[in-house]
Amino acid sequence: MTDISHGSAPQTTIDKVQASLARRHRKQYILQGFGIVAISIAFLMLFILLWSQIATGYKAFMQTNITLEVFVDPEEVDAGKLPRGNFDDVLVAALLPYLPNVDASSRADVRTASGIFSNGAQFYLRNRIVEDPSLIGQTITMRVPVSDPYDQLYKELVDRDTPENLRRLDNTQISNFDQLYEAGVITSRLNTALITNADSRFPELAGLKGALLGSFWALLTCFLIAFPLGIGAAVYLEEFAPKNKLSDFIEVNINNLAAVPSVVFGLLALAVFIGWFGMPRSVPFVGGLTLALMTMPTIIIATRAALKAVPPSIREAALGVGASKQQVVFGHVVPLAMPGILTGTIIGLAQALGETAPLLLIGMNAFITSAPGSPFDSSTALPTQIFIWADSPERGFVSRTSAAILVLLTFLIAMNAIAIYLRSKFERKW
Amino acid sequence: MDDLRVVTRDIDTHATKISAKNVQVYYGETHAIKDVNVEIKEHTVTAFIGPSGCGKSTFLRSINRMNDTIDICRVEGDILIDGQDIYDRNIDPVQLRARVGMVFQKPNPFPKSIYDNVAYGPKIHGLARTKAELDEIVEKSLRRGAIWDEVKDRLHAPGTGLSGGQQQRLCIARAVATEPDVLLMDEPCSALDPIATAQVEELIDQLRESYTVVIVTHSMQQAARVSQKTAFFHLGSLVEYGNTDEIFTNPKDSRTESYISGRIG
Repeated sequence: MTDISHGSAPQTTIDKVQASLARRHRKQYILQGFGIVAISIAFLMLFILLWSQIATGYKAFMQTNITLEVFVDPEEVDAGKLPRGNFDDVLVAALLPYLPNVDASSRADVRTASGIFSNGAQFYLRNRIVEDPSLIGQTITMRVPVSDPYDQLYKELVDRDTPENLRRLDNTQISNFDQLYEAGVITSRLNTALITNADSRFPELAGLKGALLGSFWALLTCFLIAFPLGIGAAVYLEEFAPKNKLSDFIEVNINNLAAVPSVVFGLLALAVFIGWFGMPRSVPFVGGLTLALMTMPTIIIATRAALKAVPPSIREAALGVGASKQQVVFGHVVPLAMPGILTGTIIGLAQALGETAPLLLIGMNAFITSAPGSPFDSSTALPTQIFIWADSPERGFVSRTSAAILVLLTFLIAMNAIAIYLRSKFERKW
Repeated sequence: MDDLRVVTRDIDTHATKISAKNVQVYYGETHAIKDVNVEIKEHTVTAFIGPSGCGKSTFLRSINRMNDTIDICRVEGDILIDGQDIYDRNIDPVQLRARVGMVFQKPNPFPKSIYDNVAYGPKIHGLARTKAELDEIVEKSLRRGAIWDEVKDRLHAPGTGLSGGQQQRLCIARAVATEPDVLLMDEPCSALDPIATAQVEELIDQLRESYTVVIVTHSMQQAARVSQKTAFFHLGSLVEYGNTDEIFTNPKDSRTESYISGRIG
């Protein structure tokens, strides 16, 4: 009506709606556009991360080996003196026939040639002979890893055009390698040592077994402590605790605890577990306790959300037939909330698996060459192993760092996939 | 409706089952139920009617102390069942609820099998010593719930897979499985279609033989169809209580008349 008094054409409601429609649609398109851009950026970042790690890491999944017919000379290896013996010389003796240019009487030449063997090669031979001393005096086929510079050469990570004095390998070493390659004794195989070996100073021998077991023991400890305590706390707070100032205060602080930087938990663990209680450093058990401190708030929050999501009609139904409060909670509410609780727990554990800072503070970044047999043996964990390798100067650790990251990511993706699977499988429609 | 008068005549001979004296219910500061006095007869269907928010459900939930679960809720006055004060300190609400079964507005079977739904009450109260006894209770309860013939071949199928009306009858079977004296029903048909409603109403009429039934309903037609006694609540007060046919044909209070004729509510 006012329109008429202002002298413009009369407008119906439909006309007014029509006029605003274009503006409203435009707003919606802009909003959707922003959403798509945000998702695209996130995907791009994820792609760059994965691509860069795979591009550098995939080479660590292969290891260059040298296969030789080794005559186990009884003069060098005495069955009575095992495990001692000149296993090094036995290997070199098997190598020299392939290298006619090497003067066997020149110690320097021989040493240069034998540099192709990994430092661990003699131990592979020793272990095999200790296991079966009857091999002494026989000729056996040994496949041993080559040392890191030659591994890099085979993987074409050493540029042959670089001036000789700047190269890790001089011309003689390269020509030795080429001769061996021509002879067909150099092969590249799946690097099982990456999983079956513990850490080593030599990249070609270094593996993740210690870190994997360390992470396993730490996560097991973390789960066994954080899961029951977290559920207990959540069930009490959600179902039994009186709603008053104190329970509000506790709730606020649990939420705060979930946001505390992990390094703070590490310092706390260092002061309390190691300082006061005198627990040993570097052990997965203490790591697990530390991670449990971090994971518990996550589990409590997820559990409370899952308990809240159980419809009140189920509680009423159980109360109505005369179930006690405890029977309602543990017979109906908690079982129905279990998928949500498990999802939250797995996501909390996945976070804990990737956590580095608190483990650094309790010494789980030590250099330990044997895998832990129990939660009380010193070890590293996956993220701290990545930290150590990323810090190491040897070229071979560059790709191994990426490979370890890929292993860690695989575990994280698997755990999150399990969480999603559980959620979708047990999700209830009320 | 024709036989209603016949029924009405003999109910007055029934004894009082539930007796409420000066009952007040408070939600925090809100005075939700004001001074309710009522005597509910045994083996009778008593309907509570009234507009939304009049307190009829609140009063119903006071009879089996379901209001105890609400922190801010406070009940004053006496509610006696068989002469015993149910708010007495010696009465455990768990024991009370085994005697006073409840059926809710929305069918709420447990997400378990049909068998387990019915067997749950007897199990937690230890009513059956052997599996055979439990089987017997389950069958009897499902027959009472008028659903046995529909589910006897799939007792171990999930209760949530049944239709809405079947679910509600399952919930009635679950409520009677603990052998209660009193059955409270909070708008049991409001989520059901007309056919399921008719089945449940027929069932309610049968249940009168074994139980004292108190039903809250929004539908006056339903109250007229299933009940022998009707109580009309308005703004937290019990306005009028009497034989159903009298309430509907000859209400004494002007507010009752207005509600029944559709002017308030």
